[in-house]
Amino acid sequence: MSKIDPEEIVEEIEESGQLGHPDHHVPLVGQAPRRKEDARLVTGQTNWTDNIQIPGLLHAAVLRSPMAHARITSIDVSAAREQPGVIAAFTGADLQHHWAGGLPCAWPVTPDMKQPVHLPLAVDTVRYVGDAVAVVVARDRYAAADALESIDVEYEPLPAVIDLEEALTDATLVHEDQGTNRAFDWPFEAGEVDATFDAAEVVVKRRYFQQRLIPAAMEPRAVVVAPIAAADEYTVYSATQIPHILRVMLALVTGIPEQKLRVVAPDVGGGFGSKLNVYAEEAMALILAKVLGRPIKWTESRSEGFQATIHGRGQIQDVEIAATRDGRVTGLKVQLLADMGAYLQLVTPGVPILGAFMFPGIYKFDAYRFGCTGVFTTMTPTDAYRGAGRPEATFAIERIMDDLATELGMDPIELRRRNWIEHHEFPFDTICGLTYDSGNYEAATDRALELFDYDGLRREQAERRERGDRVQLGLGTSTFTEMCGLAPSRVLGSLSYGAGGWEAASIRMLPTGKVEVVTGSTPHGQGHETAWSQIAADALGVPFEDVEVLHGDTAVAPKGMDTYGSRSLTVGGIAVVKAAEKVIEKARRVAAHLLEADERDLDFAQGTFSVRGSPEASKTIQEVSLAVFAAHDLPDGMEPSIDADSVFDPENFSFPHGTHLCAVEVDTETGFTRIHRYVCVDDVGNVVNPQIVEGQVHGGLAQGIAQALYEEAVYDPEGNLTSGTFVDYLVPGAPDLPAFVTDRTVSPSTTNPLGVKGVGEAGTIASTPAVINAVIDALKPLGVTDMRMPASPERVWRAIQEANASGGSAGQAATGTTTLTAQAGPEASA
Amino acid sequence: MIPAAFDYVRPASVAEAVAALGEHGDEAKLLAGGHSLLPLMKLRLASPGVVVDLGRIPDLRGVRDDGDVLAIGAMTTHQAVVADPLVREHVPLLAHTTAMVGDPQVRNRGTLGGALAHGDAAGDLPAVAQVLEAEMVLEGPSGRRTVAAADFFVDYLTTAVGEDEVLVEVRVPKYGAGWGYRYEKFNRVAQAWAIVGVAAMVRRENGTVAEARVGLTNMGTVPYRARATEGALAGAPADATTLATAAEAADQGTDPPSDLNAQADYRRHLARVLTRRALEAASGA
Ligand SMILES: Cc1cc2nc3c(=O)[nH]c(=O)nc-3n(C[C@H](O)[C@H](O)[C@H](O)COP(=O)(O)OP(=O)(O)OC[C@H]3O[C@@H](n4cnc5c(N)ncnc54)[C@H](O)[C@@H]3O)c2cc1C
Repeated sequence: MSKIDPEEIVEEIEESGQLGHPDHHVPLVGQAPRRKEDARLVTGQTNWTDNIQIPGLLHAAVLRSPMAHARITSIDVSAAREQPGVIAAFTGADLQHHWAGGLPCAWPVTPDMKQPVHLPLAVDTVRYVGDAVAVVVARDRYAAADALESIDVEYEPLPAVIDLEEALTDATLVHEDQGTNRAFDWPFEAGEVDATFDAAEVVVKRRYFQQRLIPAAMEPRAVVVAPIAAADEYTVYSATQIPHILRVMLALVTGIPEQKLRVVAPDVGGGFGSKLNVYAEEAMALILAKVLGRPIKWTESRSEGFQATIHGRGQIQDVEIAATRDGRVTGLKVQLLADMGAYLQLVTPGVPILGAFMFPGIYKFDAYRFGCTGVFTTMTPTDAYRGAGRPEATFAIERIMDDLATELGMDPIELRRRNWIEHHEFPFDTICGLTYDSGNYEAATDRALELFDYDGLRREQAERRERGDRVQLGLGTSTFTEMCGLAPSRVLGSLSYGAGGWEAASIRMLPTGKVEVVTGSTPHGQGHETAWSQIAADALGVPFEDVEVLHGDTAVAPKGMDTYGSRSLTVGGIAVVKAAEKVIEKARRVAAHLLEADERDLDFAQGTFSVRGSPEASKTIQEVSLAVFAAHDLPDGMEPSIDADSVFDPENFSFPHGTHLCAVEVDTETGFTRIHRYVCVDDVGNVVNPQIVEGQVHGGLAQGIAQALYEEAVYDPEGNLTSGTFVDYLVPGAPDLPAFVTDRTVSPSTTNPLGVKGVGEAGTIASTPAVINAVIDALKPLGVTDMRMPASPERVWRAIQEANASGGSAGQAATGTTTLTAQAGPEASA
Repeated sequence: MIPAAFDYVRPASVAEAVAALGEHGDEAKLLAGGHSLLPLMKLRLASPGVVVDLGRIPDLRGVRDDGDVLAIGAMTTHQAVVADPLVREHVPLLAHTTAMVGDPQVRNRGTLGGALAHGDAAGDLPAVAQVLEAEMVLEGPSGRRTVAAADFFVDYLTTAVGEDEVLVEVRVPKYGAGWGYRYEKFNRVAQAWAIVGVAAMVRRENGTVAEARVGLTNMGTVPYRARATEGALAGAPADATTLATAAEAADQGTDPPSDLNAQADYRRHLARVLTRRALEAASGA
């Protein structure tokens, strides 16, 4: 009866949503569609590593050293082996012959860097509280935990090494075989530094401290290893940021061939750098699975997370800035002591070196000297923590700019204006050899000042000072930039990093027209599935819902460099763009063939190839996918696939910047600081998803503010971590933070086709000095000139007491000196 | 962070609970909201052989009007205390302070009885019990006895509750409209324990202080009354200068701890400042 109308069928299919509506594609980049991953992440109904259940699963528990530094004189696990439910127990010596190498450090920053062997289970000597000394495997985690109590270890205590300067005397060696606690010295110099400082009209010299921080990701670390014993093959599930790097490294540590290892990072609940590592427990679980032929799970307790997951920061910074009396910066000297902790983890030594390039910040001057000494201590190893080197550098330069402004009697913003790179000067080659490709510091600052009501707050500050208000107001500035989007492989090579900085993506066109985007960049909360879908949907002209993003499994996404250093979008996202371009080119060939047209006569827009001049002759890319699957009618010699891979290696970093302004109220009676107003105007180039950007900025601000006001890993002289729980290690929550006022300026990056820059670390990098500058600004009339972090109420109160006692110059003597005489050299100011 | 193995019993009545305590002696620990006990067990700072759960004894929950006093069941949760109309009307200081305990999860599980029986000097409610001059009703094998708040807190994490006793009820006098109150809680992040807390109640008569009570949180191993301050205020004019002068004595007789959040001298300073502020608020000065 009814005639078959092909048009109608197409319409029907389209209405069914099968092929979406490609000709009505509204650009998604720049929009904030609901994040695809959130329903499962926020309900927890997903495959967190600890949720993974495998038949026959055994549970490991690790016995840790209660001593910071000690010789193990005897260790006996035999009683643990007899405990109910226990399958096995091992000491470091028991497993020693299984290690093909120690836990890796991939960043030998100097050729003569000391790189002590770091075995997953300590043998003979423990070097920090939390160092693993024995492992028990049992039928359930309770039995494993109980059995730890029956392990007998005798320790002969050695002196703890806690103080960085004392460590350098080598009175006690953390690693006797290395002969020194000095891991490396890394120097950099550009320009006439001594002459500049000799000639300087003003020199300000300061010592700043970066306390240790504990990353405290919401999801603890966890690892599950599933062996196929008969084939000597292993699947390692780990709550890691770096499944690809982990796979390579586990092969090196265990000697299990790389191709026999599959590493999966299931959904991962935050990392902040703490899961950018290769950990003892990952290697141990793999070896235990191999030795026992059974699947093994280990999940970190929160207490273990405090002790045995890397810490962040930990630097003493000696900083000197030279300037003219009218506020032109002429030179900068930076000497760092960087706390490595007991061992070098994956990128430990590289963290302060990344910072080396960022001390000059956004300012122009011609003389810069940098030196960094890495120091071994008997504390938890440090490594990359959100910002990794750049927050430390930004803190130092933004603090000393304020101190210089104070010395010169100049408004801190005015001083910055006189020294920053003006927007017409981009691209700008910095004294460190970087090329800042784009930016507009004037625009961001002007916008921030306006949103902040800087002048109004200054007036209010003056009024409160006038009437001696108990609660003083302080304003702090941070005009920051950072290098991110790690990284051009050539640059990494020149810095002796062990790997490249590229990222991979693949696009697979499925028969029904759906799209799989495979990314090597492994999310742990950032929202890659949403952002990559936006990018791919726009590039291919397919519906957002038709795109599925696959990641985090070396069997699914075999190539990748993973997620850290605000690199996902600027490197991994660009790989998606490049792969899409390849897909389109292949599809174009098929479409031309099907439309009996010349490829050169085809336009591609809105997901549709159409013949120029006769738009009714068209094929959607999704129709092409089906045709390629059938492969009945393809151009001669063409492979039946329009899938494509791309590996993108950036030519430059991206350089987000911004102006952050913070107003604090300080109760001078109790020392309590409350953030009164926080405005930030960030420039992260073009934005793919404004909501994700906003989320990254908010979280980053919270962590940067946390360093300024709340968090500190504290060790006692015996090397015990005394801030070992959340009662003493204060992570702020929403009630402690202000309602952030955020805005953006847009200076597109010129080094990638999307014009995007990284945003994952910006808030953390920028905010810490803004807050501390504000606290000091509030207390300036009382004579307070410096403030250790965190600026706890007690610290603030004591600083006020000391200032009172010394007639108004507290902090100064302890932390540095200032010379205002012409021709004053560094000797004179020391 | 995994407790050592323990047995679990769930009595249906106070008598059964007391019997369980008698049977297991010092092996047994009562479980109320678990928000102090379980963290200790998970850190293996406490490893009771038997946990006696009070959670299914209905008699222990709720607030009763008993003439001049409110009788609050030991197992009444913090949240129930905060929301209770009788408490809000007659003992507003208790509702006001309890609302500052921890966070919503803690308040939904933690109990008034648990908070007092635990005797943590950093807890907010022991100092409040002191200024409210509450009485604790304990039930043991030989029946019930009543202990005044002043005698209840014995030492660090030690109260007058005997090994074989259950705290069943907290009896709090009703306070009339003449009383002003305030709890000043000082902490570094919201939802954390107090570094120092000060509970103040003031009854004014004709511009003078008829009676002032001040209780101190976290200024020693037990919650203190700031007796010197209270004494200086009795009958004194309720003006800012008088209150400030009296507050200067607030830390007398205390023995504050030193920890990462505060050294002892800073705690003493805070006690004085917060006492002044609490008195100002409580007296409407
Ligand atoms: C994250 C967190 C934050 C907190 N913040 C605060 C805070 O800011 N301020 C504050 O005051 N508290 C705080 N607390 C503690 C909270 O108020 C606890 O709930 C309370 O201290 C103990 O009450 P519980 O019902 O949980 O008692 P449990 O933990 O069950 O018991 C505590 C102790 O008291 C004993 N006990 C309990 N009930 C009885 C009874 N009826 N008779 C005899 N003995 C009994 C138990 O055997 C145990 O020794 C916090 C707790 C947590 C976990």
